[in-house]
Amino acid sequence: MSIRARNISKTFGRFVALRNVSLDVPTGELVALLGPSGSGKTTLLRILAGLELPDPGSGEVLFHDEDMSGRSVGERRVGFVFQHYALFRHMSVFENIAFGLRVQPRRTRPSKREIRARVRRLLALVQLEAFADRYPSQLSGGQRQRVALARALAVEPRVLLLDEPFGALDAKVRVELRRWLRRLHDEIHVTSVFVTHDQDEAMEVADRVVVMGQGCIEQVGTPDEVYRHPANPFVYRFLGSANRFDVRFREGCAVVEGADADESGWGGAGDLAGLAGWVEGVGYARPHEIEIVRERDGRPAIAARVGSTYAAGPMARVELIREGSVDPIEVVLPYERFDELALRPNERVYAIPRRIHVFPAAAEAGADPARVGASAPPWPGGTLPAPVVLHPEPGAFARAEVLHRVEGAG
Amino acid sequence: MAGTLAMRPATAHARPHARARIPSAIAEPPWARAALIATALAFLGLFLFLPLAAVFAQAFEGGVAAYLEAIREPNALAAIRLTLFTAAIAVPLNTVFGVAAAWAIGKFEFHGKGALITLIDLPFAVSPVISGLIYVLLFGLHGWLGPWLRAHDIQIIFAVPGIVLATIFVTFPFVARELIPLMQAQGTEEEQAARVLGASGWQTFRRVTLPNVRWGLLYGVILCNARAMGEFGAVSVVSGHIRGLTNTAPLHVEILYNEYNFVAAFAVASLLALLALVTLAAKGLVERLGARRLDTDLPEPIR
Repeated sequence: MSIRARNISKTFGRFVALRNVSLDVPTGELVALLGPSGSGKTTLLRILAGLELPDPGSGEVLFHDEDMSGRSVGERRVGFVFQHYALFRHMSVFENIAFGLRVQPRRTRPSKREIRARVRRLLALVQLEAFADRYPSQLSGGQRQRVALARALAVEPRVLLLDEPFGALDAKVRVELRRWLRRLHDEIHVTSVFVTHDQDEAMEVADRVVVMGQGCIEQVGTPDEVYRHPANPFVYRFLGSANRFDVRFREGCAVVEGADADESGWGGAGDLAGLAGWVEGVGYARPHEIEIVRERDGRPAIAARVGSTYAAGPMARVELIREGSVDPIEVVLPYERFDELALRPNERVYAIPRRIHVFPAAAEAGADPARVGASAPPWPGGTLPAPVVLHPEPGAFARAEVLHRVEGAG
Repeated sequence: MAGTLAMRPATAHARPHARARIPSAIAEPPWARAALIATALAFLGLFLFLPLAAVFAQAFEGGVAAYLEAIREPNALAAIRLTLFTAAIAVPLNTVFGVAAAWAIGKFEFHGKGALITLIDLPFAVSPVISGLIYVLLFGLHGWLGPWLRAHDIQIIFAVPGIVLATIFVTFPFVARELIPLMQAQGTEEEQAARVLGASGWQTFRRVTLPNVRWGLLYGVILCNARAMGEFGAVSVVSGHIRGLTNTAPLHVEILYNEYNFVAAFAVASLLALLALVTLAAKGLVERLGARRLDTDLPEPIR
């Protein structure tokens, strides 16, 4: 059962929760709505379920091309899993799961024996056979969430919607349960949408990730796509830590702020050669994409001093302070490399970003490039046609590759 | 789960130590504690236990036979019957009103909610005598609706309907007040879950909302009942004190007392006192049962 939402807007008083959002979820997929709090992801999920209504006249929700707009929440046959489980506290686990079957009108209600059999099957599915007679208060958080899932599945929902399903669990249970959910989905294949603010969770569990920010969908893609080819700075920054660099292009050459490129360079990619005048961009590099060296090796490098270091865990974390500035650069490097370097506080070193993801400068505000392209750029010259990745190469101009326009960017 | 169970004896074992150590650090010296406790007990004995004991002592002063006779007296029986009748109408009505009001306030957002809550509290804030007078002003001979009622030969004031109305007014807040905070605290997620699972509004109310507040509801009903049977002020104003017709048990006690018929007065009073004790016992039981069901830590015996 596919889900399609078209042009959904939702305002609460003066707060705009969703602005003209459209979303397609193909049959059988497991899709994550990922975004910071206040991005509208839960509102969108609740609108799909029918727990909230979109603003009057603003759009429609279709299940398998069937308009759901006039249907009440009970008629939509969705399974909904609440963040805080919302189990019926006065009912046993068994009764909780059986609830959706017992409240059906007599014509469609299964027989008592059938209900019992179905609840037993679901208990087996969520691995809680031994807990049928327990009450919710006697279960751990992970067990409660599994009961909530079984309860939602009991009515054989056409789609399964989960609101921050692992949000209230501790870190370890969270990881176990999300892997279990992934396996469960592979088994039962019901079209599912879940909301999360945790990018690891979305990346690990979902077939596709929908990144949301401030009531808009910023990007839709497979976890790999959104991580490797983020459509805009918002997506880039939301999916992990980011170090920011101002980048300018001139006649196809890139200049990275703070990195002197006297003996080497960044730019020179053919695609950029046609750019007239100065073009500004904003670049980002992840902490693990930055190398620390003591001696320059011909690659363009950023002079910095060692700030604080933190070396517990598999990776060491180093904060560098850019020379002549207070902006820190966050670097994550393998333990072995950290030991080998033996950095001293305040020591002068060079940071070399192995990869800088450059977006058109005006895109930084969180707007996507297509929308920005319409307005006149504030600098002389052109505008960057698409996100670009810079690689530093010793003694030569770096390769720059123009990324393909990713889905959801337009 | 096994981990939790294994932990339990250890926690239980550790507790006495903790209890023994903390008071020495933060509590008063023993003599001060003893003095405070003694004062509190003396106060309780003097103002609560002694009067209660006095009621029963006075009631049985003339012996068991006199006691039974006082209660069997037709006017006394009529008063008790009227009290039970009034409670039998007021309590169910207020239960329905209270549940409906608490449901609306606890589970929905609407304009005027604050005003409604204040209005529900009104009978608590107003002196019972005033409550009675309100009905006299409304339904009395010279009241707003008096002439109309008279024209249609309907008697409310100085008759049973007035007593029932005044009792309903005075006991209105008990059930609602008990349920509003409970329903607000429980939120609406379970109701939403029920709706998503296809339950109708009524099914949701009956199978989810109501069972979740059943102990609070019972508690409210018990208090409401105690007040309905014991109400004096408001009922006194509207009753007219016609023996055997419009006298409730509390009013009957007063009449007997004013006639210096102490044994009979205290005999009927002892019934009301007994009712109070039974109510307290029931309330305690309900609280215990309710608390056990809400306890989230202790594993219950598996049923």
